Amino acid sequence: MTKQDIICPENLVYAKPRLMNDETMHYCPGCSHGVVHKLIAEIIEEMNLTDRCVGISPVGCGVFAYNYIDIDWQEAPHGRAPALATAVKRLWPNRMVFTYQGDGDLAGIGGNETLHALNRGEHITIIFIDNGIYGMTGGQMSPTTLEGMVTATCPTGRDVSTMGYPLKVADLAALLDGTSYVTRQSVDTMAAVKKAKRAIRKAFEYSMEGRGSNLVEIVSTCSTGWKMSAEKANEWMREHMFKQYPLGDLKDTGK
Amino acid sequence: MGQIKGAIVVNTERCKGCNLCVVACPTHTIALTTHEVNAKGYKFCHDTLDACIGCAACATVCPDGCITVYRKKFD
Repeated sequence: MTKQDIICPENLVYAKPRLMNDETMHYCPGCSHGVVHKLIAEIIEEMNLTDRCVGISPVGCGVFAYNYIDIDWQEAPHGRAPALATAVKRLWPNRMVFTYQGDGDLAGIGGNETLHALNRGEHITIIFIDNGIYGMTGGQMSPTTLEGMVTATCPTGRDVSTMGYPLKVADLAALLDGTSYVTRQSVDTMAAVKKAKRAIRKAFEYSMEGRGSNLVEIVSTCSTGWKMSAEKANEWMREHMFKQYPLGDLKDTGK
Repeated sequence: MGQIKGAIVVNTERCKGCNLCVVACPTHTIALTTHEVNAKGYKFCHDTLDACIGCAACATVCPDGCITVYRKKFD
């Protein structure tokens, strides 16, 4: 038997999701954004929501998300994605509305919008890519930067006495009465990707059922900002990020 | 007992050579090129052995969706 005997449509196991177009993504090699984009495209296709969902893209590395997934998108000003999502969802209650934000956008610039949208129990899903750094602008310190972590604006490491402590957004969100599902996942291994997919799907389902707001935090890497290879960045994340941001469901009202 | 064989097809022009698929592959089938690069100047992944089991671990972790996986059971 040759490779050509195996390669035929009936033996297909995995292919790039149909909703993800052929545009080359601008992300650096090994960036977690791509995996999460794939998951979103797969889930929307599986849930048959292609014509009934609106994504809100952020400012940050994820700003061009609308170029890569062929669904309806709105581009929000920096940090204001949850506010825009609130408007879209209230005007179009039968649409599945989600935001896609990084830690600089969600926890830094848009901390206010995020907490209030979650607290109001808007029926939206917030997908939060947390890599502890402002990736797009050159690796500055963000609210979720770990203690002692070196970035462009804290070259000797984050000193909590002057720069404060890493912000645990998911833990904060879990305390709010408006949230229905809050979870923290990662996408570094095949098993983690499958778990993250189930989590995002559940959040999308909950927001369509009108249970309240949902937050899916994906602990991610920024190999360029962290100045290491993609493989090393994953190892570094498992060793350091997971201590500060342990994975798992923090709140699930459906249980 | 049936034997399961897999095969991958890589979109080499889309690949950015991040090496995550090489790390994820349980049978060490995938490797990056050593001398060849694509139009963007990246090394790209390809299958080097006939050991693929079609588990799709490489394609699942690939951030750019470059890998298509096929699997067939032979009797």
